[in-house]
Amino acid sequence: MIDLHGYGPRLAEGALITIELGILSLILAVILGLLTASAKMSRSWPLRRLATLYTTIIRGVPDLVLMMLLFFGGQIGINMFTDWLYTQFDVDIFINVNEFVAGVITIGLIFGAYMGETFRGAFLAVDSGQIEAGRAYGMTHWLVFRRIRFPQMMRHALPGLSNNWMVLLKTTALVSVIGLSDMVRVAAEASKATREPFTFMIIVAAIYLLIASVSEWGFARLQKRYDIGYGEAD
Amino acid sequence: MADTPIPLEVQNIKKRFGDTEVLKGLSLQAHKGDVITLIGASGSGKSTFLRCMNLLEQPNEGELFVHGEQIRFKETRHGREPADWKQVVNMRARLSMVFQSFNLWAHMTLLENVIEAPVHVLGKSRQAATEHARALLERVGLAERADYYPAQLSGGQQQRGAIARALAMDPEVMLFDEPTSALDPELVGDVLKVMRDLAEEGRTMIVVTHEMAFARDVSTQVIYLHQGQVEEAGPPAEVLGNPKSERLKQFLAPKH
Repeated sequence: MIDLHGYGPRLAEGALITIELGILSLILAVILGLLTASAKMSRSWPLRRLATLYTTIIRGVPDLVLMMLLFFGGQIGINMFTDWLYTQFDVDIFINVNEFVAGVITIGLIFGAYMGETFRGAFLAVDSGQIEAGRAYGMTHWLVFRRIRFPQMMRHALPGLSNNWMVLLKTTALVSVIGLSDMVRVAAEASKATREPFTFMIIVAAIYLLIASVSEWGFARLQKRYDIGYGEAD
Repeated sequence: MADTPIPLEVQNIKKRFGDTEVLKGLSLQAHKGDVITLIGASGSGKSTFLRCMNLLEQPNEGELFVHGEQIRFKETRHGREPADWKQVVNMRARLSMVFQSFNLWAHMTLLENVIEAPVHVLGKSRQAATEHARALLERVGLAERADYYPAQLSGGQQQRGAIARALAMDPEVMLFDEPTSALDPELVGDVLKVMRDLAEEGRTMIVVTHEMAFARDVSTQVIYLHQGQVEEAGPPAEVLGNPKSERLKQFLAPKH
């Protein structure tokens, strides 16, 4: 058996953090992505501009730089705000940016931009006659979205979405720079302490691979579900 | 004065796409039981006119009355738009449309397609809607295909399914937008037969079509459009049997 020198439980905790961080960021990214796609397709030009600005900035700046900017810069910004509250209104509060929350927000923000493009393309791929039929039968915008646009869009979005998720999952490793003990950071510590980097890194690699494989299986099932009705005639 | 409101009345509809005026002031009254066919060459504006009736296209001018209720419009930055979308949604639920390319929802079975709007728009119970839907599918000859997806059906079957979907709304007026134009010739007959039955039972229908036999035999009124204007209108015997304008004569002449 592989000797983990007592790092087993901490590695497991780290793996759990990786998974939690990944899933919460994914949820945030999907929400931001849907909003971005809607904004980009909207008739209002300020909304379109805002969405374009967002995706341009996010896609043009390295993830690591963004993460440090948001984490350290965010803390400075919040401190300035609380200082101002204190001097102006004598309100004394202290907000410390939690590493986990900062990680979720940063990764969610980054991947929201990519999801936005994925969703936009997918929405445009839905046949306009399908939407027109919904409108012609007295459906409201929201009902058309919920019953027709969204389910039909998902079929086109899933390949891109699953790709984004795989990249997102691996991006969670960056949170170690802002001090979050995900499994990569735990493994790095353990490697240094035990001088057995290979042991720990191969375990980390295996865990990532396992999560990725389970995800692939899950996405394949989702794809099957959303492909219903598009098969060839029997 | 009539006791029951006119199901659908449109007055002086004008529509522009950019600088081109495609509808130049068209009016129409559909009384209960009327079958009005709109004929004309492609580009005459007949489909656009039909699509203005349920506001899939926004007319730039003109008034619209559904069941006696006038649709309210307002001017916006994007042009003339309905003032109250809720009114439009309610109005659309009274008119149902059958499209040239069927437009059955691809991710739902035929049965799900038919009950979708009755359940989610009209608020019918799922059970009642399903019973009604099965009877309608039986009627259009698709009872055994209820659980098929549109992609598994032929064009003619899809269009008959789409007619069942339209009937499920108990519409006051049915709008048909070239319902047989996308079909293989051998499938046209089944769809036309269903439409003839509907006309016979007194359904109010407005039909954009190239099927002259249907227009001649079934309709109460034929409107011939040319470049967004009514060139001739009246009972089919008159318009089709004894056309006055040169253009209509040419349009009706057998093509080789």
